[in-house]
Amino acid sequence: MNRLRALLAWIARGRTAVIGLPYLWLLAFFMLPFLIVLKISVSEVDGVVFKEVLSLKDGVLALSIKLSNYVFITEDDLYFKTYLSSIKYAAVTTVLCLAIGYPFAYFMARAKASLQPALLMLVMLPFWTSFLLRVYAWKGLLTEHGWVSDLLIALRVDHLLLAAGVIPALGKFMNSPFSLVLGMVYTYLPFMILPLYGNLAKMDLRLLEAASDLGATPWVAFWKVTVPLSKAGIIAGSMLVFIPCIGEFVIPELLGGPQTLMIGRVLWDEFFSNNDWPMASTVAVVMVLLILVPLAIFNRYQAQAQEQRK
Amino acid sequence: MSGRTFFGAGFARGFSKAWLTAGYVFLYLPIVALVIFSFNDSPIPNVWAGFTLKWYAALPGDREMIGGLWLSLQIAFFTACGSVVLGTLAAFALVKYRRFTGRTLFGGMVSAPLVMPEVIIGLSLLLMLVSVQRVLGFPERGMLTIWMGHLLLGMAYATVVVQARLQDLNPQLEEAAMDLGARPWQVFTLVTLPMIAQALMSAWLLTFTLSLDDVVLSAFLSGPGATTMPLVIFSRARLGLNPSVNAVAALIVLVVSVGVVLASLAIARAERKRAQDMAAAARGG
Repeated sequence: MNRLRALLAWIARGRTAVIGLPYLWLLAFFMLPFLIVLKISVSEVDGVVFKEVLSLKDGVLALSIKLSNYVFITEDDLYFKTYLSSIKYAAVTTVLCLAIGYPFAYFMARAKASLQPALLMLVMLPFWTSFLLRVYAWKGLLTEHGWVSDLLIALRVDHLLLAAGVIPALGKFMNSPFSLVLGMVYTYLPFMILPLYGNLAKMDLRLLEAASDLGATPWVAFWKVTVPLSKAGIIAGSMLVFIPCIGEFVIPELLGGPQTLMIGRVLWDEFFSNNDWPMASTVAVVMVLLILVPLAIFNRYQAQAQEQRK
Repeated sequence: MSGRTFFGAGFARGFSKAWLTAGYVFLYLPIVALVIFSFNDSPIPNVWAGFTLKWYAALPGDREMIGGLWLSLQIAFFTACGSVVLGTLAAFALVKYRRFTGRTLFGGMVSAPLVMPEVIIGLSLLLMLVSVQRVLGFPERGMLTIWMGHLLLGMAYATVVVQARLQDLNPQLEEAAMDLGARPWQVFTLVTLPMIAQALMSAWLLTFTLSLDDVVLSAFLSGPGATTMPLVIFSRARLGLNPSVNAVAALIVLVVSVGVVLASLAIARAERKRAQDMAAAARGG
């Protein structure tokens, strides 16, 4: 009985520390910074000092909010276009990752059981080598005389890409929508494959036998059984690709060109080149609003997946 | 197999092999190319013109790169340690305590940095640190502030890794230890910790490499004199192809693959030993 009481007391004490410490850390370093960004995006700038949004003057509480940055962002054509094109590139990347990653994860999950750990390891290994260096490597592969550049020219793929309008000229692949999307697909493909594999490997294969017994052809069974069952994996993977792609900075900077507008780059330039902190904050707030919906979807499915594990 | 695939078994197997092979070639081609061209003796960095080691020979004299590497290693070490501690606490909070005030907010805040664009995290952290600095006069932008940013990101990854392991644990083992009279702290160190040690190890390695690789957060949070290795590489890569970057890349690939292979061997051996111990215990030995 004594022991039990000591345990309960320890848990009560331990519980506070276990929850409290990371909670406080996240509030201070994740939540608070956001609130500050929100504040700066609506603050008047007085020289180099941001005016307080709330001020107490002569006993009157005054709230001064400057929305001109937001008005500017919605009226200015460039910002609007940039947001649209970020969404477009992120969406194209997500679709391509799904198209390549789904069959990949499917074949992985149906490979010999003894092979699967090695196959999984091989997908994760590139994670461990620098992302920056792997993106840089594509620069070498795609510039003139690079391996991939030569291969694509030999296969006459450049005619196709030029017709699609994603490269500026025949034989020129760098600094184009093509190189940007290629870099993003390359970087984020494992983020699509891993949740899909996790999902497909757990599937009960007897369901397919049942479908086949009931007269479904393998093709029909795939679309009516396998795909619906892997919905959670598809959504998790798509969000893991789509959300970070929207704000991607390094890949557009290294592989994209002047015509490939991405919002992460605009934020960077507002901050580092123009030193316009309120504008950079406004861009950030609008970007958060943009990813809030996919983020909520992601969290919901993440929570569901964890409930299923229980 | 034929009952589950679309076409004839032979065609399906061939197609699946081809798809997997093509996928792996796509994933590994850039890494292989990086290593090969680090030995390239040519003024044009992506056209092969013979073997050389001169880019490697030049590295030790590259003050900027070596200084950046040293700074990056320090930050990565402290990031990994801090992330594992905070991530384990957060994972415990999420797995062991099903209900507490603000659990949803907590869960959201833990996983948000995983997908949140880094430019937003970097900008918001920097603006907060600047506000704090105006009031308190510290912290100066530099190693400490970069570490804080990396810790935020690393914690999110560590939480996911440790959480996955904790969820698979059998709570009966901890309960049995308590029934046998172990104190709560002993339960944690003698029962729980050995069982999640492998996850802690992977989380440490993952957050270490994550920190060693980060460009965006470091760019926002670094100050004068605090240039990490990725920042050096990034500023060179922005200007064009650079053989010194290839040489550094090849060395990183070498260190990482040796490290990952050694770590997975060690983990496999520990697993085997544990399985043997468990079997022996089950026999009553």
